[in-house]
Amino acid sequence: MTVLILAEHDNLSLKPVTLSSVTAAKLVDDEIHILVAGSNCKSVADQAAAVPDVTEIVIADHPAYKDFLAENVAPLVAKIGSNYSHVFATSTTNAKNILPRAAALMDVQAISDISGIVDNETFERPIYAGSMIATITSGDSTKVITVRGTAFDGASETGGGATITPFTSSFEEASSEFISEEVIKSDRPELAGAKVVVSGGRALGSEEQFSLIYDFADQLGAAVGASRAAVDAGYAPNDMQVGQTGKIVAPDLYIAVGISGAIQHLAGMKDSKVIVAINKDQEAPIFSVADYGLVGDLFTALPEFEAAL
Amino acid sequence: MKALVPVKRVVDYNVKVRPKVDGSAPEVNNLKMSINPFCEIAVEEAIRLKEKGLVEEVVVVTVGPQQAQEQLRTALALGADRAILVLTDILVEPLGVAKCLRELCHRETPDLILLGKQAIDGDNNQTGQMLGALTGFPQGTFASELTIEGNRAIVKREVDGGLQTVSLKLPAIVTSDLRLNEPRYASLPNIMKAKRKELSIATPEELGVDVSPRTQLLSVKLPPERKAGVVLSDVEALVDKLKNEAKVI
Repeated sequence: MTVLILAEHDNLSLKPVTLSSVTAAKLVDDEIHILVAGSNCKSVADQAAAVPDVTEIVIADHPAYKDFLAENVAPLVAKIGSNYSHVFATSTTNAKNILPRAAALMDVQAISDISGIVDNETFERPIYAGSMIATITSGDSTKVITVRGTAFDGASETGGGATITPFTSSFEEASSEFISEEVIKSDRPELAGAKVVVSGGRALGSEEQFSLIYDFADQLGAAVGASRAAVDAGYAPNDMQVGQTGKIVAPDLYIAVGISGAIQHLAGMKDSKVIVAINKDQEAPIFSVADYGLVGDLFTALPEFEAAL
Repeated sequence: MKALVPVKRVVDYNVKVRPKVDGSAPEVNNLKMSINPFCEIAVEEAIRLKEKGLVEEVVVVTVGPQQAQEQLRTALALGADRAILVLTDILVEPLGVAKCLRELCHRETPDLILLGKQAIDGDNNQTGQMLGALTGFPQGTFASELTIEGNRAIVKREVDGGLQTVSLKLPAIVTSDLRLNEPRYASLPNIMKAKRKELSIATPEELGVDVSPRTQLLSVKLPPERKAGVVLSDVEALVDKLKNEAKVI
């Protein structure tokens, strides 16, 4: 039995989220391979080869894989993956897009967003917005699985020496085409992997006032998150949304500012080590999960907090 | 152009679901049921395309028990033209649902299949992608904007770093994200009219689909509870706690 991990990357460098899948794979089997599918992605394969405990890198380097279109990458994953006992990828939008398509091509039922591994066939995963943990077992010949990144620490990036094997045949579907991408540039740490996250909610009141959250986060060296209400109101871009339908985070410190704490938001942050809530309403559900709560106006609390740092 | 919109009956998003006493499954008896919120957005998008004259017929479909007719009627009241229930008492997994939908795609030959990106009970986020694999149709997942240009669907997708736009040849599969649109409410006259719209029933057996599950649910449990925290009187006390007790700043 061998585990194949689909690498998350941008054709230049391996994304650290991939390392969570390596840690998860180690709980299943000793033999771990990584598939790097992309275009001009040799440097990604080199980086992946340096990850300890990984024995082989399969590199599929072809222009068809440049934009990670599911129509092209899923048949590749299905073709290579069917020789493995498990196919893993960390739950990013990319993996969620590709892996179920690959699973159906292999005629197996995929397992989404696992948070625990019981044995080779038995896995734990959150359901109903994280309000319950289900333990499920799969009899499929290949288990196709996305791994919740925050549930497994990232493996080390150096010390390994895997061999790199090219996979030459390619798959290209003419039915879909990449047009453009609007990437939101930021100097702040990436939300999903940040040690400290400061999130703002509807109570910020406007896009201008949401800058208080950015200023505060910068003082702490933190990433910035937002509730759905803040995103829907246009205060923050959608890729900052934390929750059931946005990103799942589990930082050392999560500071929720002006967020009531709906179940869909809690689904994205309640595994944080320390949760701080700043809210005017002492009945807000966020206080039921916060380690430290402060009942008060955020517009006076935040400047005071900054001054105290 | 014809749009096929699969919907799912789920526990209402406002209801807190707990495990059964024996921990075998979630306790869903006697809870308020609704259309999955993401499916509602998919229905709304199909109706908007019809109102723009781009779609002639909107067919809603669900795979589920008899009671799922309620959710199909709701979709009909919102503006769908007719409905299909694939009747089964088995709790069908995404792969089984996708296989039923593939057969309906053969029968109905839709140009566009609009689904929600995930159901809020199983949180799988798989069915649309699986249907893409089984039909060979391209997929535009996590859509926040959809436009039809000739024989292509232009889909703006919500991805981790921001937004991505893809162009898909029709027939295509689109799964809706929350920001695709704001679903409407059904009016009373439309609810009355929906009662007379066609609702046909098929079964997985008639469709030639084996929906028996590939995975088995062994147990469900509550996640570890967080300890009750403290409410502090001022910012100074908060900063002190974070520095000296939690040691996180």
